[in-house]
Amino acid sequence: MTASERLVVGPDLAAELHELGDFDAEACMNCGVCTATCPLGIDLLPRRVLRDAVLGLDDRVRAAEEAVFSCLLCRACEAACPAGVHISEDVRLLRRWLLKERRRAR
Amino acid sequence: MSLAVRDVAGILADNLRLRGSVLPVPARRATRWARDLGLPRGGETVLYTGMMYQLVPYIERLVTLEQRLGGTPLARLAGLARRVNRVVSLVSLAARPSRAERAEADRVPATVARLLRAAGVEFGSLYSDDLYAGALAHDLGADSAVAVHARRVAAIFARYGVREVITIDPHTTYMLRTVYPRLVPGFDVRVRSYLEVLAERGLPHPAPTEPAPPESAPQASRVVIHDSCLYARAGNVIQAPRDLLAAAGVTVGEPDCVTMCPICLVNLRKAADGSLRVRDISEYLDESAAR
Repeated sequence: MTASERLVVGPDLAAELHELGDFDAEACMNCGVCTATCPLGIDLLPRRVLRDAVLGLDDRVRAAEEAVFSCLLCRACEAACPAGVHISEDVRLLRRWLLKERRRAR
Repeated sequence: MSLAVRDVAGILADNLRLRGSVLPVPARRATRWARDLGLPRGGETVLYTGMMYQLVPYIERLVTLEQRLGGTPLARLAGLARRVNRVVSLVSLAARPSRAERAEADRVPATVARLLRAAGVEFGSLYSDDLYAGALAHDLGADSAVAVHARRVAAIFARYGVREVITIDPHTTYMLRTVYPRLVPGFDVRVRSYLEVLAERGLPHPAPTEPAPPESAPQASRVVIHDSCLYARAGNVIQAPRDLLAAAGVTVGEPDCVTMCPICLVNLRKAADGSLRVRDISEYLDESAAR
């Protein structure tokens, strides 16, 4: 984020994700263990994109599409998460939301 | 620039909805592994491949194609490709693996069937009704298509009177054991990996085998296990492969790599790029008889 970037946060995105399934990223402590254990070394996932989703930063989540779909859902991060976040299911729900977004945009 | 991921996901979901598999494979090819085994059709217990190993040569071809197209202007046509694919199966046109590649993919399900039979397990096959379980579409978030497909698979199980399914890969195991009960009311089918079944029964001695293909190297006595993501972290299938390998006389260590999942097989082979031998666990179990 640049100093001049203006972020507008809101509850809508998280609410939509909760409607889609058992989204539980609010439990994330942003400790970064997940990022450290990612076998693909995807820096963006999961903690940053989950934080963006919880904050309702839709544009950032859309911009992270390639990383979201690159995740292997191997659950290495989930096994290490001290907060017990169901990261792989949260990532899957983000994918589902992105696919729905695509349909809505048409 | 890669192909638009959401269009690719859409193509896979459309295929599942329209053709019963994310990557449609002709039934005669998907069932070729069972051709000489004389398995009964249906029964209370069936060996269920979910077509995963059979899909491997098609996945490899499509990944190569995607890498070629990704950097070209053609990548922008992914949306159009999705619309065309609803009428004509582009996967069937674009991915045509060789006979040798298909034969290699068929070896694992056939080997698993022989191992189970030698261990005294009675089971049948659903042949052309052995459908893809929907794993990739589920991973991509295409939940609506997966829900419809899960009901289709459950109806097939009900029609054949299937009460127990023996799976051969972790993705199908996870879908049938964990996801289907959430999607299909009253889904009541026992689901076990063939590794769990064999670990319970004991590895047959001597293990059944067929003549090894000429390119096959002698079995390594030391391997390193690549634990399946889903077996290890969602299915609690951790000890069974180790016990079976120990019974087969294989020491788990370095330097060869043994997998038990077709997706891991694809990814590790690609990553190893020939520098490491990566083979499916069933091949080691099968070869134990030769020693």
